[in-house]
Amino acid sequence: MSETAVVTLEDVSHVAELANLELTADELPHMQHNLNAILGYIAQLNELDTTGVPPMAQVGEMLGSEVHVHGETLRPDAIKPSLDRAAVMASAPETDGKFFKVPKVIER
Amino acid sequence: MSVLTELKQTLTIADIRAAIENRTATATSIAEEHYARIAAEDGLSGKQINSFLALSRDRALAKAAAIDDLAALGDPLPLLAGVPVGIKDVLTMQGSPATAGSKILSGYMPPYDATAVKKLDAAGAILLGKLNCDEFAMGSSNENSAYGPVRNPRALDRVPGGSSGGSAAAVAAGFATATLGTDTGGSIRQPAAFCGVVGLLPTYGRVSRYGLIAFASSLDRVGPFTNSVKDAATVLGVLGGQDSLDATSSDRPADDYVTALTKPVAGLKVGVPAEYFGEGLDPEIRAAVEKTIDQLKAAGCTIVPVHLPHTKYAVPTYYVIATAEASSNLSRFDGVRFGHRTETPANLSAMYKKTRDEAFGPEVKRRILLGTYVLSAGYYDAYYKKAQQVRALITRDFLEAFMQVDVIVGPMTPTPAFKIGEKSDDPMAMYLADIYSVAASLAGICGVSVPCGTTAEGLPIGVQIMGKHFDESTVLRVGAAVESAQ
Repeated sequence: MSETAVVTLEDVSHVAELANLELTADELPHMQHNLNAILGYIAQLNELDTTGVPPMAQVGEMLGSEVHVHGETLRPDAIKPSLDRAAVMASAPETDGKFFKVPKVIER
Repeated sequence: MSVLTELKQTLTIADIRAAIENRTATATSIAEEHYARIAAEDGLSGKQINSFLALSRDRALAKAAAIDDLAALGDPLPLLAGVPVGIKDVLTMQGSPATAGSKILSGYMPPYDATAVKKLDAAGAILLGKLNCDEFAMGSSNENSAYGPVRNPRALDRVPGGSSGGSAAAVAAGFATATLGTDTGGSIRQPAAFCGVVGLLPTYGRVSRYGLIAFASSLDRVGPFTNSVKDAATVLGVLGGQDSLDATSSDRPADDYVTALTKPVAGLKVGVPAEYFGEGLDPEIRAAVEKTIDQLKAAGCTIVPVHLPHTKYAVPTYYVIATAEASSNLSRFDGVRFGHRTETPANLSAMYKKTRDEAFGPEVKRRILLGTYVLSAGYYDAYYKKAQQVRALITRDFLEAFMQVDVIVGPMTPTPAFKIGEKSDDPMAMYLADIYSVAASLAGICGVSVPCGTTAEGLPIGVQIMGKHFDESTVLRVGAAVESAQ
């Protein structure tokens, strides 16, 4: 992470593409400005030497490996009823009652 | 209902349950009274406080009638019998829409209750409706809601804080006795401080996240807003415990938090971190918090200076980790299974993009872009892994401090509630409103914000009490001591 790293308009477009966001021409420069301001602020993390510090993904990891300390356990792998299909499909934008319907994926 | 009018300022969970048990009030009349107050002062059309996004009258009144039947039979009443509660609209509640404050979920009716909602329901609470919040819980002022900002009941031109602004405002305005909020970087504690109510952040793993529309899964927590510490302890006792539907929920049993409040605080060691009293802290807030620390000393606590040396890195660390997780979690909003879908898209890819561009607000897009950027090829180690390492350092700061002290006390917010519109164009200024709340979020520890005075202008001030993992009992006990000293 270079402290002089600058997000270009092309970078914003590329990231928007990865995130399935279609930004308008007005939104692009605005987001570029915001991202540069925030990433500039985040760059202060470089002041810290984190050599050898294990990355922390979850709180439980920091409380030791014994279950009685962090208390996470997995449920038994047993078959249970799932949500009612009719209730789920009732909120779908487009459905045939059994499946979610989407526009054509591959153009021929 | 005269009992309510008389008790408006002090109506507690125990008052309501006793009134129903003694037949001086009915659950139905209490629910109706609260709906009348909401109709008069909240304004679902966005006029006044704007805390409720949807009311669930049918479900509430059916539940109230069932409680009244129990009372008429003289049967024992459940712990939260007849207590009017509101639910932040990022939690699912069967029969009511769930919007997460976003247009992208418009029309979505979740077919199930979140575990926290189900537990309140099972304890006899009356679920009044769904509460306004920042879109996908992203914000510190409630101005990012697609359904309009919430006003602070203590000062209508000011924000209630965020993201659980509606939940804090509803308790402050007397619309509900307790509400549920969620806290990812401060979203329970900061609005509690701004609105002058109690806001409790349980330890990560204490309360199930099942049915919570995810923002940042390693940080998201569910907790209550109440008028008193005792009520917060009562609600936490109902919410806590393992849930087979959330693999990160802990199997450590919930404590008897209400009984814990009766123990004296004398002899407890209270840590005061210098890093929380630096530049940028409003002088009136500093004075109120220092007075609170003196009160704890007078109550027999030992005040111990502690250091949390990585505090200044908490906000930048948070905005890497939270946005990275959000960019992943929010990929599910694509117009396929629920909510908004763009009109007549040319193909599937265009449908995803147009749906998301039309229906996400600017702050959500900003955070998705930032999160996608820090996870993208070439930047993952520099940003995401680095932030995870600093998160470990911030957590170690707390684990080391808690070897010397029982709780850590400091200001909840650097300033009192700011004016609506004051920071809404400056994301960085808004992020810094979380400067004292995010470290506890990253570390997974518990905490509570308790009112400790007001500014000369009459704006509420909150003090935060942070505690060890799964030691809500001590945090609440110190909170009760602060409350009784006011």
